[in-house]
Amino acid sequence: MATETVRPGRVRRRPGPVQTSEGQRAEARLAFYLLIPTGIVLAVIIAYPVIRAIWLSLNSDARFGTSEFVGLDNYIRAFTGTGAEAFWSAFVFTTQLTIVTVVLELVIGFAMALIMNKAFTGRGLVRAAVLVPWAIPTAVAAKLWEWNFTPDGIVNQVFRTDILWTASHWSSFWAIVVADVWKTAPFIALLVLAGLQIIPSEVYEAAKVDGATALQSFRRITLPLVKSAVVVAVLFRMLDVLRIFDLPFILTNGANQTETLSTLSYKESIQQLHPGYGSALSTITFVYIILAAFLVNSLARADVVKAQGGR
Amino acid sequence: MPRRLGKFVIIGAIVAVVLSACGGPDEGGGGGGAQGTGPITFVAGKDTSGKYPAVIKKWNDAHPDQQVKLLELPEAADAQRSAFVTNLQAKSDTYDVMGIDVVWTAEFAKSGWLLALDESQFPLDQMLKPAVDTGRFEGKLWAMSYDTNGGLLFYRKDVLDKAGKQPPKTFDELKALCPLAQQNNMDCYAGQFAKYEGLTVNFAEAVQAAGGELMTDNGTKAALGGPAVQGLSFLADGFKNGTMPKPAITYKEEEGRRAFMSGELLFLRNWPYVYTLASESDPANKVKGKFDVVPLPGFTGAGSSSLGGLNLAVSAFSKKQQSAVEFLKLASTQEQMKAMSIASGEPPAWADLYQDPEMVEKFPYLPALKEGLLAAKPRPVTPYYQEVTSAIQEDAYAALQGQKAPDQAINDMTQKLNQIATQGG
Repeated sequence: MATETVRPGRVRRRPGPVQTSEGQRAEARLAFYLLIPTGIVLAVIIAYPVIRAIWLSLNSDARFGTSEFVGLDNYIRAFTGTGAEAFWSAFVFTTQLTIVTVVLELVIGFAMALIMNKAFTGRGLVRAAVLVPWAIPTAVAAKLWEWNFTPDGIVNQVFRTDILWTASHWSSFWAIVVADVWKTAPFIALLVLAGLQIIPSEVYEAAKVDGATALQSFRRITLPLVKSAVVVAVLFRMLDVLRIFDLPFILTNGANQTETLSTLSYKESIQQLHPGYGSALSTITFVYIILAAFLVNSLARADVVKAQGGR
Repeated sequence: MPRRLGKFVIIGAIVAVVLSACGGPDEGGGGGGAQGTGPITFVAGKDTSGKYPAVIKKWNDAHPDQQVKLLELPEAADAQRSAFVTNLQAKSDTYDVMGIDVVWTAEFAKSGWLLALDESQFPLDQMLKPAVDTGRFEGKLWAMSYDTNGGLLFYRKDVLDKAGKQPPKTFDELKALCPLAQQNNMDCYAGQFAKYEGLTVNFAEAVQAAGGELMTDNGTKAALGGPAVQGLSFLADGFKNGTMPKPAITYKEEEGRRAFMSGELLFLRNWPYVYTLASESDPANKVKGKFDVVPLPGFTGAGSSSLGGLNLAVSAFSKKQQSAVEFLKLASTQEQMKAMSIASGEPPAWADLYQDPEMVEKFPYLPALKEGLLAAKPRPVTPYYQEVTSAIQEDAYAALQGQKAPDQAINDMTQKLNQIATQGG
């Protein structure tokens, strides 16, 4: 009965006019005033750049003259015009990268979280070790993997292969995937672990008493209860990978069709000084990320509602 | 109500701070010759080799009222360029003297960010002409060459001596020596072929080796043509016939240097800095005392290097242009260039220093380098350099990867370069 579902976070206490005292109203006003500075800071550092970028994206790039309003020309150029080949290549590559890395990170991160959630000697050590990659700045990790993937690097040495990792499309793709998964699976593990730890042990004990197998209690208890944490983790990672920059920039610099939406925007706006076209690319990326987040979020929600309604 | 008053004061103060932080910089002065003296700021990329302390000290000792302060930007070229661009687009007067990459000069000049220099005030005839030319654009001098740089062919002297061979002067001779590499269990030749600025440099050198160039008519038209096809074919075929090892497609300067120093390469195209490192005692260095350098090979005669290096320019928005120009004059004296070179190992723009006994003793590669530098050509002097280099990398890389035939790649490249050169109007 979906109508009865109470969504967490949607519960709003309606303030009755009778209950509000003078003191409470003054407090609300104070809260409002205290939030003004934050509001201004956010407006300056977030709203202004976003609006400015959208405005720039509607203007031409006259490098040594004055730029003028050109409407949607920059967007048309990206979708069907001279920039289309590079744009769609980056779009497809970024999307593939997002799907593959997020799935791998989720599986590996979940496994890590399950292990870290068990009580065993040396658990603290394992937790610390798992988190090390996450603590390394991405640019440093990218440099590290750049060395690992050189022709005589450690990856080829260990596996006794002779692959030129950064010299073809798919090997570059997997190199970036490996580096990204290595770095951020711990992040998913951390979020999932937090979700796991709030599941009371009594639930498992009850399941055990009822004769549930380990697999059953994982599917019927762990998964549903940790789901909201997983959704948050997946959302975060998805947003991150859709605007991935450091890894491909350092590992391949976009060679062999490994340009991502962010590296492409950077190259256009910063390296080649095309603020108009670069802003159009950034705006497209921005909208794409919002849509993707919205889609995943509503899918996850629908799923939760269905599960609850079917009970 | 003092409490409420205090609240408003705090909010007001925060608002004021935020708003004042947004205030734009003052409009710069600009035109009308070099005027204004006073303390100046010298902005350049991070000084990793010690190029600037000597000249700064000399200047500060002589001009106590016009002290120069060094402001270091990040080491990465892209980050430097975006710092310059942001600052200059805002017409800020905080940068007086700027150390800029040779390939940015035309772009900055065309944007109106540089002060045109009076040629008669600088000893241009004492300098290497190709280096000076990197500072020229549309008939004017915009920047002074400070240090310059060119490619050298490093070779394994021990291997060639043992076989009784001379180092190659042409690519054909180089190819003929490749069996020697095989016999010694080495790869033959490598340069910088990853998809980045180094590829543009190596491609340009291959084109120049065949007697061609990248762009002509002051950077307004693609030149390329037959020589470009010949040059690119040599590189692309090199990967197919094994003259160049497959991994070289991933090489930047450092990967090639490591391969050479670990004894895996017979020939390497690289910058002079490798000479110093390969002469040091280090367990990882297997070529100490076993290598030497010659100028880059060509197809029929001597080859021709691309030019690297740094130019000094004065900002059009500086309010102390007179001091800034005087500082440039000091930096381009023979004495200061020598001090800079001795301290940092960067090759100077001053021609005579390449025969200076003290310099040659310290940097034995100088005579070979000078020969290469005199035949060197600047990379295209065009305000659209970034677009040009990215188009070149795209097609040259596709050819090296075997995805495009060299003549097809050159055709596509020609079309793109012409389009880029005419787009501004």
